[in-house]
Amino acid sequence: MSERTIVTISAGLGQPSSTRLLADRLTEATTEELAAHGLDAVVHTYELRDVAHEVVNAMLTGFPAGELREMLEAMTNADGLVLTSPLFTTTYSGLFKSFIDVIDKDSLTGMPVLLGATGGTARHSLALEYSMRPLLTYLRADVVTTSVFAATDDWSGEADAVNPLPARIRRAGRELAEKVAGREPGDAADVYDDAPSFEEMFKRL
Amino acid sequence: MQFGIFSVSDVTTDPTTGRTPDDTERVRSMMAIAQHADEAGLDVFATGEHHNPPFVASSPTTMLGYLAGTTKNIVLSTATTLITTNDPVKIAEDYAMLQIIADGRMDLMMGRGNTGPVYPWFGKDIRQGINLALENYALLRRLWEEDVVDWQGKFRTPLQGFTATPRPLDGVPPFVWHGSIRSPEIAEQAAYYGDGFFHNNIFWPTSHTQRMVQYYRQRFEHYGHGSADQAIVGLGGQFFARKNSQDAWNEFRPYFDKAPVYGHGPSMEEFTAETPLTVGSPEQIIDRYAAMREHVGDYQRQLFLIDHAGLPLKTVLEQIDILAEEIVPALRAEMEPKRPAHVPADPPSHAERAAAARADGAAHQAHVAGDDRWTGKSAEDGVVAPSAASGR
Repeated sequence: MSERTIVTISAGLGQPSSTRLLADRLTEATTEELAAHGLDAVVHTYELRDVAHEVVNAMLTGFPAGELREMLEAMTNADGLVLTSPLFTTTYSGLFKSFIDVIDKDSLTGMPVLLGATGGTARHSLALEYSMRPLLTYLRADVVTTSVFAATDDWSGEADAVNPLPARIRRAGRELAEKVAGREPGDAADVYDDAPSFEEMFKRL
Repeated sequence: MQFGIFSVSDVTTDPTTGRTPDDTERVRSMMAIAQHADEAGLDVFATGEHHNPPFVASSPTTMLGYLAGTTKNIVLSTATTLITTNDPVKIAEDYAMLQIIADGRMDLMMGRGNTGPVYPWFGKDIRQGINLALENYALLRRLWEEDVVDWQGKFRTPLQGFTATPRPLDGVPPFVWHGSIRSPEIAEQAAYYGDGFFHNNIFWPTSHTQRMVQYYRQRFEHYGHGSADQAIVGLGGQFFARKNSQDAWNEFRPYFDKAPVYGHGPSMEEFTAETPLTVGSPEQIIDRYAAMREHVGDYQRQLFLIDHAGLPLKTVLEQIDILAEEIVPALRAEMEPKRPAHVPADPPSHAERAAAARADGAAHQAHVAGDDRWTGKSAEDGVVAPSAASGR
């Protein structure tokens, strides 16, 4: 069976965290759908809480250190990403944005990404569409059409009887799996393999 | 192997006393540092180039020209000369002049700088940084190597029949390094010309430095300048040493914690683990830097940043003594026996380059004879009146 790597990153701050729970559910839906395509999934899951200090240090020093560096490498080499954040004061959390700010701006180009967010009530759900999606679009990531917002009530299964959370998660996972399955697996572009020769650079002047 | 120091010329408040030197004091202390390094027997002093506070080193050749006359043996260099925002014609002139004044005891390092606004201040676009480095350096080499240059490019006004003076010493241009932290394009450029490559890894993990240097070496070989292990490599570094490790940690910590570049970020423990910054006894510094060759191969130049973060001049001079008396001899003893015979121990000196150029018949004239077609009693003398030019 062929293999794909999914990297899941949750910006949830609590432990346990509903944002992490949503991330896990989205990842599970993705890997199940990949299995249906005959693809094995290798999953690496990270919580930004664990590297929060390193994220700030990277902003101050200009380079990622320690676990953050490993995490960035895993992310850049992934075949697909699941990114989830709690919504704070109208938008993704500050930690999530700080993390996005320290990654190389080209490292997510073309990367299939599934977005999820959590918040108190469904009134915040469009924050995913007006803030989180444009952020990833700016980085030229390939964001799947369905993003999933989970309000506190969603976890009780009574929030939306017509289109409940599990159904939204399944649809989103299927979309990410289809994008991932539709591409060749492979390592991220290596900056050195892709470096232009002197002649190429000079021609472009 | 050359060991030396490089300065970014920052004016920083000493956090232990609250005292801030003024610009005059800082310029004078840089000269004292360079002279002391020469007397102590270090091999290289390099100055940065910056065009904004809190830095004072805006005019490297003025300083290096003075140092050429007041030092004996130390090689004078830059780290770095801004190839992007300086006019390559002026670089050709300034550094040929310095080369003659220093009698060849100099080289220089091209870089793009670390301050974005320098580009607009000098009328350039930062998005063209790499392209400016490529085109300007190509012109700079022609100005040094060819007596009369016709040239047209994208970034500078064209030249017709132009001769940069003075012609380089013995008709051989200075040796050039290219410094870059994360652009493989610059490693490629250095490799293409067979120039030196300097990785200022002071804020970067070794794994990153290793990959970049490896790429440069591989491309150096590709362009036929020699085998990969013969490429000319330099590294940055920084340390703070005292006889007892704990004294070094205690004394340096307040400077580290408040330093403009890394202060208030990672702890000194984290930073010393991740980057080449080494704080401790001379033995600890020797151990750390003796291992560098295992990461990047046998290399030719190691520069240390030591006059920064507000450290007082007296302390900096003490660090130079520790470096010259204890660290460098031990590093040499440790590293040199491991260097294969075919790998150069030093970057090429002027004497070696001049001898090689003579052997190849590649040395150029040291003077270009020619009538002055340009100079009048005033700059406007030779200008053709618009009415005459239009034929009316």
